[in-house]
Amino acid sequence: MKTYTSQLFTTALMTLICVSFSAFAPFANADDWLQFRGSETNGIATGPALPGNLDNLSWTVDLEGRGCSSPVIVGDRVFVTSSAGHRQNRLLVTCLDAASGETVWERAFWATGRTICHEKMSVATPTPASDGKRIFAFYSSNDVACLDLEGNLLWYRGLTFDFPNVSNSLGMSSSLVVAGDTLVCMAENDTQSRTFGLNVEDGLTRWQLDRPRNANWTSPILWPGDEAQVLLQSSKGVTAISAKTGETAWEYEDGAATIPSLTASEGVAYVPSHGITAIRPGRSDPEVPEIVWQAAQLRPGTASPIVKEGRAYVINNAGVLSCASVEEGKRLWQCRLEGKFSASPIISGNHLYCVNEAGIAQVVLLGEDSGEVVSTRDLGETVLATPSAANGAVYFRSDKHLWKID
Amino acid sequence: MARFLTVANAGLATAAMSFVLAAAFSTGSPRANLVAADDLPADQLQASIEVIQNVSSEGAGHQAAAKAVAELQQAGPEALMPLLDGMEKANPLALNWLRNAFETVAAKAEANDQLPLAKFRSFLDGRSHRATSRHLVFEWIRRADPEVAMSLVPTFLDDPSEELRREAVAQLVERADKAEGEAKKDLFQQALTGATDDDQVRKIVKGLEEFEVDVDLQSHYGFLTEWQLLGPFDNKDEGGFDVAYPPEEQVDLQASYEGQLDEVTWQQAETEDDYGLVDLNAEVAHHKGAIQYAFTEVESDTEQPVEFRLATPNAWKLWLNGELLFEREEYHRGTFFDQYRIPAKLKAGENRILLKVCQNEQKDSWAQVWQYQFRVCDPNGMALSRPEK
Repeated sequence: MKTYTSQLFTTALMTLICVSFSAFAPFANADDWLQFRGSETNGIATGPALPGNLDNLSWTVDLEGRGCSSPVIVGDRVFVTSSAGHRQNRLLVTCLDAASGETVWERAFWATGRTICHEKMSVATPTPASDGKRIFAFYSSNDVACLDLEGNLLWYRGLTFDFPNVSNSLGMSSSLVVAGDTLVCMAENDTQSRTFGLNVEDGLTRWQLDRPRNANWTSPILWPGDEAQVLLQSSKGVTAISAKTGETAWEYEDGAATIPSLTASEGVAYVPSHGITAIRPGRSDPEVPEIVWQAAQLRPGTASPIVKEGRAYVINNAGVLSCASVEEGKRLWQCRLEGKFSASPIISGNHLYCVNEAGIAQVVLLGEDSGEVVSTRDLGETVLATPSAANGAVYFRSDKHLWKID
Repeated sequence: MARFLTVANAGLATAAMSFVLAAAFSTGSPRANLVAADDLPADQLQASIEVIQNVSSEGAGHQAAAKAVAELQQAGPEALMPLLDGMEKANPLALNWLRNAFETVAAKAEANDQLPLAKFRSFLDGRSHRATSRHLVFEWIRRADPEVAMSLVPTFLDDPSEELRREAVAQLVERADKAEGEAKKDLFQQALTGATDDDQVRKIVKGLEEFEVDVDLQSHYGFLTEWQLLGPFDNKDEGGFDVAYPPEEQVDLQASYEGQLDEVTWQQAETEDDYGLVDLNAEVAHHKGAIQYAFTEVESDTEQPVEFRLATPNAWKLWLNGELLFEREEYHRGTFFDQYRIPAKLKAGENRILLKVCQNEQKDSWAQVWQYQFRVCDPNGMALSRPEK
């Protein structure tokens, strides 16, 4: 009895500690979705399988203002950025409880850079990022806010404030990526074209690169390896850089798209360039990339390609999903989806999740020889944001709403 | 050529100038009745605010500011008014650090029903305070008491704050939509006096159409419509952007120069477009790889801060009284109302404005546009008045 009481007490104490802890610090885990196209920036959901259909709507929450950014999920919290006000100059970060959708906190900032952008997109188009301890919010105005998970500001940068010609009259959309302890911010444009590496601790500039002077809406990705590297795509091609120093490791210089972004899998980068070009660091000279194959028939539209288990998936401007082998780029099958897409797809298990601009979310069963749309859900409004996923749930967002489906 | 500019609304002018003076010269000294925040002595509170005010470009001051903001985020509701005061002379970066501290503290105060709403109201009433801070305070008043906030909105019609004015205009337009006859017309005309956002102005103009009221949009917005044009000069391969052609050295309206194709002289142009659009393809010719200079003069009755608001899809450089204000080498990324907002200071008397507008050689159908739209307004978007032509 005494032992039982003691165990009960211990259990109660531990529960109290856990509850108290969770009240102050969300519990982060390996299933988090920490940045654009997931923690590994490849669009693959690695946690519990997402639902095979879109029938079960867990919750819907109203969002203020506008936003095309994806939610990021850290533990039991969902973080969303938006831009509000007539000029979209009020930059919002909203933290929601993943279980209930209730707002935990919201913080706002005033844009220090230009908030002009094409009417289709919004100032909150870049997806925020997290290292599990901090939230980094980035906007078309090139403001960067770093907050802890409780909404306390840790630091704030205005990259256009610092460099007034870092802007694009159509708006900027490159999402952030956290690589090691460096936050990579692409702010590439026609005039003062730069990419910055900021120290996640204090926001100070570790390095900044002069980049090709062309408008660029692509996002950087992680390049796995011993040293944290990041791949930057631009109209000139792809540059692999050290996240710590910004130094170039290797460079592909045969041009690339400026809207859909590359992806990587098992040491090969799949680049929207001449259709899709698969490249990897040269085996004899790592500074010179080797072209594995080029497939002109795989031409992505706005949505970025995705690769999983030896298959590359590309959605073109007509809304046709192509599946190709990663060995040689040979097209294996095609499946017509209901397009047109701005959002990129994500994959969980053998299901691909995508949502078109009209807000029709679709689940595609990825077969050996074919793809089949097995579930759809009409969200009823324009959706441009790439879905996010964590803990067996998929999240879609529009300007006005965030949906959780599990 | 000479134009005469003063602030259109004398009351607003006073408020706007007060705002500028407050922003420029506020010492940020603590209030006499400053009360210490929770666990944060008043002097330490003020010191932390001053540390944050020193944040500047490229991360300067971050490490000290991070400690200071962490202290402020833990403060009690007594910190709210000092934080607002601290915003008065904060640069745009520091403003956001202070805003986060303010909102973090305000959220806790709101949860404990400790928001100092009377002080917020007093701060909001002080039009010399920074416009953005006043709008922030209004938002918190609205969260706490929507009815009180709604009752305040009509007083914002001539407010220096663009956001607060927008609230008042929206309320009047909503009333006008439900009204009939002369009452409807009066409400739309009232709304127009505060409207500077183009979506609202367009709605008002449309509403007044049924009363056959023509709105002079050129005057309403303060578009500059009379220009002297010179060109074309060479911009093949986009190589002319950094070439200093003669007008960049000196504007001599009587001179002639060797241009891209032939000898060029200054030509007068005046746009009748409601939105002050100067179409260089129509005014000059459809040149590609070419540069045109546009010159005009404005006269100000006093030294005053203004904003030049420019819209163009072409690369451009802008000078005021011989000083380069800004330049941007971007081609064909769209034309948007108030696309560029360039702060400037007019001197008393004559002011000379020179604009360089560069066209490239892109062949796309959407890349043939060669145009600009230029207005002068106070820093809050209200046009400066002009005499009758």
